[in-house]
Amino acid sequence: MSVFSEAFDWLSTSTNWHGPDGVPHRVLEHLGYTALTVVIASAIAIPLGLWIGHTGRLRGLAIAVTGALRALPTLGLLTLVVLWRGIGLTPPIAALVVLAIPPLLAGAYAGVESVDRRTVDAARGIGMTEWQVLTRVEVPLSLSLLLGGLRSAVLQVVATATVAAYIGLGGLGRYLLDGIAVRDYPQMLGGSLVVVVLALLLDGAFALLQRLSPT
Amino acid sequence: MIEYRSVGKTYDDGSPAVDDFSLVIPSHSTTVLVGSSGCGKTTLLRMVNRMVDPTHGQVLIDDVDIATRGPVELRRSIGYVMQQAGLLPHRRIVDNVATPLRLAGVPRREARERAMDALAKVGLGADLADKYPRQLSGGQQQRAGVARGLVADPNILLMDEPFGAVDPIVRADLQRQLQTLQHELGKTILFVTHDIEEAFLLGDQVVILRKGGVVAQAGSPAEILAAPADDFVRSFVGLDKGRRRLRIAELDGQRVVVDEHGRPAGVLDPTLDRT
Ligand SMILES: Nc1ncnc2c1ncn2[C@@H]1O[C@H](COP(=O)(O)OP(=O)(O)O)[C@@H](O)[C@H]1O
Ligand SMILES: [Mg+2]
Repeated sequence: MSVFSEAFDWLSTSTNWHGPDGVPHRVLEHLGYTALTVVIASAIAIPLGLWIGHTGRLRGLAIAVTGALRALPTLGLLTLVVLWRGIGLTPPIAALVVLAIPPLLAGAYAGVESVDRRTVDAARGIGMTEWQVLTRVEVPLSLSLLLGGLRSAVLQVVATATVAAYIGLGGLGRYLLDGIAVRDYPQMLGGSLVVVVLALLLDGAFALLQRLSPT
Repeated sequence: MIEYRSVGKTYDDGSPAVDDFSLVIPSHSTTVLVGSSGCGKTTLLRMVNRMVDPTHGQVLIDDVDIATRGPVELRRSIGYVMQQAGLLPHRRIVDNVATPLRLAGVPRREARERAMDALAKVGLGADLADKYPRQLSGGQQQRAGVARGLVADPNILLMDEPFGAVDPIVRADLQRQLQTLQHELGKTILFVTHDIEEAFLLGDQVVILRKGGVVAQAGSPAEILAAPADDFVRSFVGLDKGRRRLRIAELDGQRVVVDEHGRPAGVLDPTLDRT
């Protein structure tokens, strides 16, 4: 119990909310890593997923690859990329991108596959090009599954972006690493709570967005 | 004029859907392909807009082999009405109907206006224009489907069991409406159904199919009824069980036409007898 109250003390100490090591700055860094990761992963996974869903090709391969990617431990991957590329922004972002690809890819192809084949057939039958079928019918009708994929990618990345701190970068992971170094458990717990609240807020925002989407 | 020249289709899974089919469909009239489920009607219909490419043979429109035309351009020049209406669920009715025009590059405002006209033509009120397909009844969706097929004023209209999924009263209404429209517009209509009554009602030319797209008989409804080609046709049109057999009964000097059970079907009117 006392660790919790100390953690709340840590959170309510005003010096922990200012400067480069303050919570707002760390949250921004954390969100920055998350956004960069999700943008890169989306640019790879969404077009690929849409193409797989539209053509029905490489579907088996996609399932196998996403399964394999999901099994990779992020920390191990991070270490591997550090050994290969050295310290910098690349290793954590690369490791996080690998984490974010499976849900995005699955959301995209499962979304397109969920569209009624008769609707797609009708769209083609009245003279839409393949591109028009994809962009005007399949994508709008798979929006809610696409958003679902984005949602779980963002949540996983937000929760895991703490690994950036392992190689000396910022983000909310700093509180965990710095805390563990000096056995400052209130700081560790306070930092974790911030991660949890951030994840819940983002999840709520996505829930709202999904409710607003037409399909 | 649409012409099938010895077309056949074997699907990728090896099942031969149509074996060897030839037919001429005259312009400005209605041809109905009728046959039981799985006999190849949809396959034949979809060869006309290249939704299905024949494995052998050719389909010609006005003497041009359509294999030489791009499928997208070809489809935009032909109206296509499907069984389940095939409306896009995320678009309002008016936008669904306007879609073929928008694909053809017609500006949004004009496309919407013409879509509203087409909706009125098929008997759908302006109050339904802003609704989504799921908010409409099956019959209303089919009307919207017909409006979409007609909106770009195509010469050819393909209709694949368009009234198959609605209840009989609505179906009769839709059939009447199509007759009226066709009287006014004179399109070349290729209509597919498994319902021989519907075929005889709507078809100038009726083509009765067996499995594999084999033509059992083609002709006007009267020709088929007067001289059924074989027992299959006789049974398919219901002549074998005495259905459609009418006779004349005298009642108080009036000549009444009755069916095989003696139920009256109408009176014999000498002023209508022009033959
Ligand atoms: N896309 C397809 N792939 C494989 N077989 C098909 C396909 N479409 C139709 N068939 C088969 O071809 C035959 C004719 O089908 P179809 O043209 O749809 O008949 P109908 O419209 O008269 O019911 C059926 O045996 C059907 O199972
Ligand atoms: Mg069919």
